[in-house]
Amino acid sequence: MDFTTFLIQCLNALQYGLLLFLVASGLTLIFGIMGVINLAHGSFYMIGAYMAYALAPVVGSTFGGGFFATLAVGLVLAVLLGYVLEWVFFSFLYERDHLQQVLMTYGLILVFEELRSLMVGDDVHGVQAPDFLAGTLPLGDLMTYPIYRLFISGVCLVLALAMYFVFTRTRLGMMIRAGSTNREMVQSLGIDIKFLYRVVFAAGVAIAVFAGMIAAPVSSVYPGMGNTVLIICFVVVVIGGIGSIRGALLAALLIGVVDTFGKVLLPQASGVLVYVLMALILLWKPDGLFKAG
Amino acid sequence: MKTSKFLFVVAAFLLLAQWPLMAGQYGVDLVTKIMIFAIFALSLELLVGSTGLVCFGQAAFFGIGAYATVLLTPQDGSPSLLWLLPACVLLAALYALVVGALSLRTKGVYFIMVTLAFAQMAYYVVHDTPLGGGTDGIYLMSKPVLGTLLDLDKPQAFYGFTLACLVGVFGFLTLLLRSRFGRALAGIRVNEQRMRATGFSTYPYKLAAFVISGGIAGLAGFLFAVKDGFVNPELISWHFSGEVLIMIILGGLGHLRGALIGAFAFALLQEFFKSEAIFGEFAKHWHLGLGLSIIACVALLPRGLVGVPGQLAARLRGREAGSHDAAAAKAPHG
Amino acid sequence: MGNPSDVLLRGSEITRRWGGLVALNKVSLDLQRGTVHAVIGTNGAGKSTLINILSGEIPPSSGAVELLGQDVTSWSQPRRARAGLGRSYQRNTIYPTFTVLENCRLAAQATVQKPWLWWTDAQQCTASMTQARASATRAGLDDLLDREAGLLSHGQKRQLEIAMCLATKPRVLLLDEPLAGMGAEETERMLALLAELKSSHAILLVEHDMDAVFRIADCITVMVNGTVIACGTPDYVRNSPEVRVAYLGEH
Repeated sequence: MDFTTFLIQCLNALQYGLLLFLVASGLTLIFGIMGVINLAHGSFYMIGAYMAYALAPVVGSTFGGGFFATLAVGLVLAVLLGYVLEWVFFSFLYERDHLQQVLMTYGLILVFEELRSLMVGDDVHGVQAPDFLAGTLPLGDLMTYPIYRLFISGVCLVLALAMYFVFTRTRLGMMIRAGSTNREMVQSLGIDIKFLYRVVFAAGVAIAVFAGMIAAPVSSVYPGMGNTVLIICFVVVVIGGIGSIRGALLAALLIGVVDTFGKVLLPQASGVLVYVLMALILLWKPDGLFKAG
Repeated sequence: MKTSKFLFVVAAFLLLAQWPLMAGQYGVDLVTKIMIFAIFALSLELLVGSTGLVCFGQAAFFGIGAYATVLLTPQDGSPSLLWLLPACVLLAALYALVVGALSLRTKGVYFIMVTLAFAQMAYYVVHDTPLGGGTDGIYLMSKPVLGTLLDLDKPQAFYGFTLACLVGVFGFLTLLLRSRFGRALAGIRVNEQRMRATGFSTYPYKLAAFVISGGIAGLAGFLFAVKDGFVNPELISWHFSGEVLIMIILGGLGHLRGALIGAFAFALLQEFFKSEAIFGEFAKHWHLGLGLSIIACVALLPRGLVGVPGQLAARLRGREAGSHDAAAAKAPHG
Repeated sequence: MGNPSDVLLRGSEITRRWGGLVALNKVSLDLQRGTVHAVIGTNGAGKSTLINILSGEIPPSSGAVELLGQDVTSWSQPRRARAGLGRSYQRNTIYPTFTVLENCRLAAQATVQKPWLWWTDAQQCTASMTQARASATRAGLDDLLDREAGLLSHGQKRQLEIAMCLATKPRVLLLDEPLAGMGAEETERMLALLAELKSSHAILLVEHDMDAVFRIADCITVMVNGTVIACGTPDYVRNSPEVRVAYLGEH
């Protein structure tokens, strides 16, 4: 392929990888810190996408707001959802063993799917990118690249940096990192573990919902999208190492590259490449690329 | 096996044997399907409940058994059961050997994901390559026969054959689990460290369990292909791997009859919530009812449905139901 | 020190490094038949690492392990166990959901594995059953055979640890703090058992209870920071100036 096509694929890989990282980071946090396997994490992504579709007209007519207003409203709702969900449901899962968590969150997936079906239906929708981001950038002589995709990459990068900052420079981040490696010790230090968990969970949910919202114009909005992203997210978390944000980023980018270039170079095998990658990495490093923290 | 459990299982099989006489065509068809899933669930119970290996790719072995059935059946004439069935079981077991040999290098969640990865590889082979006929799936040309004795094309004969397979698998696993091999698996599940310190090389045992489990899942796949005469990639999907895991957790891990109960409960719950007679308009949202039921079951029944008699008995006796010691004391030799 | 064929287990110049840290530095020791060889040392001295290397759970960075005259340095733990090496753990490594009898029987099964006999009931295996009862009785548990192991008292669980060790009829016993968490009466019982076992086995004992060690050990190796600073009879060790300074002095 020529250089421009290569560049486009690289940008696509970056965008996909960073988006994946965003969703996966919530999953690895919740699993790494609270030890809860949450199969419903993909549902939050789906909820975000459907929110982008359903909220836009509401926000438009009520506040007269546009894209960013919708994002803001969606975020607030997501944090609320995460907070309530942790309080009412997930807090009971901490003492349960992993298989029971799998079962309960599987039930939750079904519930979310049907609630969405009841509220907004099962149709596939397209979501328009906001006008000021809908243009394209010229690349080389013949090709162009959508600005919105660059916007997605940019936002994900900013969020990734923000996460890095919170984790390494703030007290909250320190508590979270301590919590992921030694839960009992954090509790014995007098830190309110319940509140910490609720915050982490709400943040994880909000991030996944947000990712779904900004991805909507690019991936379109369809019923099975939660499950598709869920399974890839688990692959990201496992390759990267459970509880490791660094690992999730590296793994997500790796998958982004393998998947994007796989679709172009080996279209028949593209679906399986990610799993081959995971199998190879786990056989080399049975605990994933990085340890938690 | 304790007498009460033995009686329960015998009663269940007797009921199943009588079922075709009581039910119509739909009922027979439904229960045939459920029995196939029960065999599938039993295969996973061997891995998860008895050996402690949580495999999230069981559907691959089921699917390979199913696809092998279709692909090995010749275009003309009905193949003989005598070679077709063992061949399909063997192919599934072979893939299980490969998957097991590689996956058993990992532990915990990583093990779960590696088994998933191998299932996904099988999924994409049938989904994206001409081998499996793609998303449309492939049709079974003709159903196998056992000479002139058995024609699996007939629903009654097929029901009987499936029931025989179910009883056979259940009986085999019962014997296997109380044998030296089965006790070794239990020891590996409870404390692998001690097993190794005593002199058991645990890897061959786990691999053997994997292969046997894969073969049984392949048998279930074979039966499924013969029943519907049609296979498609969704048989190897991770959703299906997840569903069978749900079945055995719902039924109760660590008990063979848990797999039976779980398969029936899961299927019957689906039928219940899908029924338009009861839910009318809302029947198409049956996932909601199923999801809520699953959540309720796990919340209220920590040991699965198998633990219900125990919990009820404890309640009646006034002790705290479901406490750890009461649960632990119920386990005979583990 | 005695007939070479009496040395049932030998560690030669065992060294173990974790990255830059040297956990064990050229540690050598002999286990003779009919003796109790105790290994003592402060926390972090490397005792656990040593016992893990001898049992085969982790490989040494350099050095060799000989069992009954054979070089077993590359052998896995199960293989060494089958060759006659028994090991008990500092933390109870039992099967809590099985009965005491089944705990011992499953341990004994390691010597008569026969996994291909899928139709026979394991409980009917006379070989493992007799051996299980014998080792349980020897460890003083014969009136608790049907009790669920998880419900035993701590001292009884430690007895079970030993019983499971004995069920495979080992020649060499590696005992990691068998007296941990025991009261006075239980300690006496355990020491009596060890004295009785001594005649037919070679026993390596890692312990913190100094009184018990000096009572029962025939030979004591003292370790500090991964190195052996003294090795000899209890009297020798008691009077050794290096030991006084490094270890007993702080006691």
